[in-house]
Amino acid sequence: MEENNLNEMKELIRNYVIKEYIDDDDVTITYDSPLISSGYVDSFSMVSLLVFLENKFKIKIPPSKATPEAFDSVNNIVALVNQYLNR
Amino acid sequence: MSEHPSYDELATGFSWSIAENELEYSPGDIINIGWHCSDRICQKGNAGKIALYYEGFGGNRKSYTFNDIRLAGNTIGAFLRKQGITEGDRVCLFMDRIPELYLSFLGILKIGAIVQPLFSAFGDESLFVRLENAGTRAVITQKKHLSKVRKIRSALPNLEFVIIVDNVKPSELEPGEILFSLENTEPVEKFEISPTRAETHSLLHYTSGTTGQPKGVKHVHYSIMSQYLTTKWVLDLRDDDIYWCTADPGWVTGTSYGIIGPWSLGVTQCVLDTGFSAQAWYKFIEKYRITIWYSAPTAIRSLMKAGDELVKEFDLSSLRHLASVGEPLNSEAVIWSGRVFGKQFHDTFWQTETGSIMITNFPGMKIKPGSMGRIFPGITGAVLDPVTYTPIEEPGRAGLIAFRPGWPAMMRTYWRNEEKYRDKFVNGWYLSGDRSSIDNEGYYWFIGRDDDVINTGGHLVSPFEVESALLEHPAVGESAVTSKPDEINMEVVKAFITLKPGYAASPDLELEIMNFIRKKLSPLAMPQAVEFLDSLPKTRSGKIMRRVLHAREWGEEIGDISTLEND
Repeated sequence: MEENNLNEMKELIRNYVIKEYIDDDDVTITYDSPLISSGYVDSFSMVSLLVFLENKFKIKIPPSKATPEAFDSVNNIVALVNQYLNR
Repeated sequence: MSEHPSYDELATGFSWSIAENELEYSPGDIINIGWHCSDRICQKGNAGKIALYYEGFGGNRKSYTFNDIRLAGNTIGAFLRKQGITEGDRVCLFMDRIPELYLSFLGILKIGAIVQPLFSAFGDESLFVRLENAGTRAVITQKKHLSKVRKIRSALPNLEFVIIVDNVKPSELEPGEILFSLENTEPVEKFEISPTRAETHSLLHYTSGTTGQPKGVKHVHYSIMSQYLTTKWVLDLRDDDIYWCTADPGWVTGTSYGIIGPWSLGVTQCVLDTGFSAQAWYKFIEKYRITIWYSAPTAIRSLMKAGDELVKEFDLSSLRHLASVGEPLNSEAVIWSGRVFGKQFHDTFWQTETGSIMITNFPGMKIKPGSMGRIFPGITGAVLDPVTYTPIEEPGRAGLIAFRPGWPAMMRTYWRNEEKYRDKFVNGWYLSGDRSSIDNEGYYWFIGRDDDVINTGGHLVSPFEVESALLEHPAVGESAVTSKPDEINMEVVKAFITLKPGYAASPDLELEIMNFIRKKLSPLAMPQAVEFLDSLPKTRSGKIMRRVLHAREWGEEIGDISTLEND
């Protein structure tokens, strides 16, 4: 994937996470910020994040791959999405 | 010879006076959970013993001795009293699992006010209905949850104080909001503890039913007798144990066995306030040398999913006893834990209303994987025939789990809802709402709920509450909510929806509806699947037939559908 597209994807996911899951304005989310292990996104809410990714990128991520570790940062999520893009 | 007494030895001649004697209580005495969990332990010579090891995200660690928690309870109690908060006032704890949650719990009880713990992931609507119903006078919260409180504040005339325990700038405060920092407040050494009695109200936990709004389950200070003795006998806590209850005090396990049980025994407990990860949990056990671990089937199944190999990376040899609560513990999980930890999880059964463990596998007792175990001594339990409401004598026949009221931790009523409380009793039996059978050795085997309430990950979700919230979404015409099977959480919420004219089903609308409920109610209540239908199955009188949808999701027989409209 080209770097521009990659950065766009990262920014899109980061903005979605901030908009949907972060209530505290003082919290800064970077591409490496832990999302699940920090408790910002809980395991139930992870399902809505999964649906967002599948809708946005027109992909299907198998439940076995949707693990807390794979969703634990924007960078991890991008790596996961990339596995299923252009298949 | 076994290190544990047999079930029969425990049951023979049982009386709750065992707990009363050990806690040095005589009928009519002053009894205060806040005092029993801190001052009394100090008076017994354990002031310097660690009461709490806390670990938050990013390596934030704190520890508190029993003297520290005694002083903190005094200090918070004095602060609340200074605001004018007094006996019988409801004070809500709306926080993550930070130390202030546990310490405020003691402080509120010490002044004779009622603790109302609420799960910090609740959305503003869930928070509102519970605060409104309780007529809550103060909320203690964190900056990260303040926006939810502010959103509903103007509609809650009884809510006088919002107390924030972390770093909000004073200039950002709104009227009625107060900053409180335990670290920056002079500890209160001498404190006049409210002379609460056995039947003085202590806690108000909210629970969901099939219909209507959530109900406030009212408990009293005398409940400590049940919680003390069950913690000692079932969880097997001893003086030198390091205990970890993984439950959030927003739910009853997190208070009965995450605060009252261990601290009334003077036992050190650990709290991990981070998101779930198998690695982090194992590391936590290894680091603190945890000996007793009380967790939930959902967590255990998530650990199973993480695999056996990961377990081998950690030294978990400190573990001495494991127990589980919240939903049925499947036999695979019991067998798995025996294999990887060398200890089997012991299932326990109880509810918000019962306040303490009712059916259990005792340490040393033969475990039948998949069974909830046997009735706790001193409690009369049965499964009742669903038609006659009389006990079923025949082993293996399914019925309604019921208990004769009278144990110390039994709820005293539903807050401002005496009628619903009375509805829970038939022929002098308290009906739990769950079904099971009993085998010829007295072991209970869980079957399922007797109503439409969804038990997801050990938490009860009311389909009515979700359906009502769904109708507030502009696209939703009608809604029906049921559960669908889930490998980790046993079951999760599923919504069936018809759309209003002008709206079309789409994946984006599905996501929008999911997020709508997540923010309004809670992540637990969020439908994990939304199905758009042209019409919902209804009776000829227009009532939505949830059970038809439920049966379809679970691959069960639909049963009698003679009343189904357009059949």
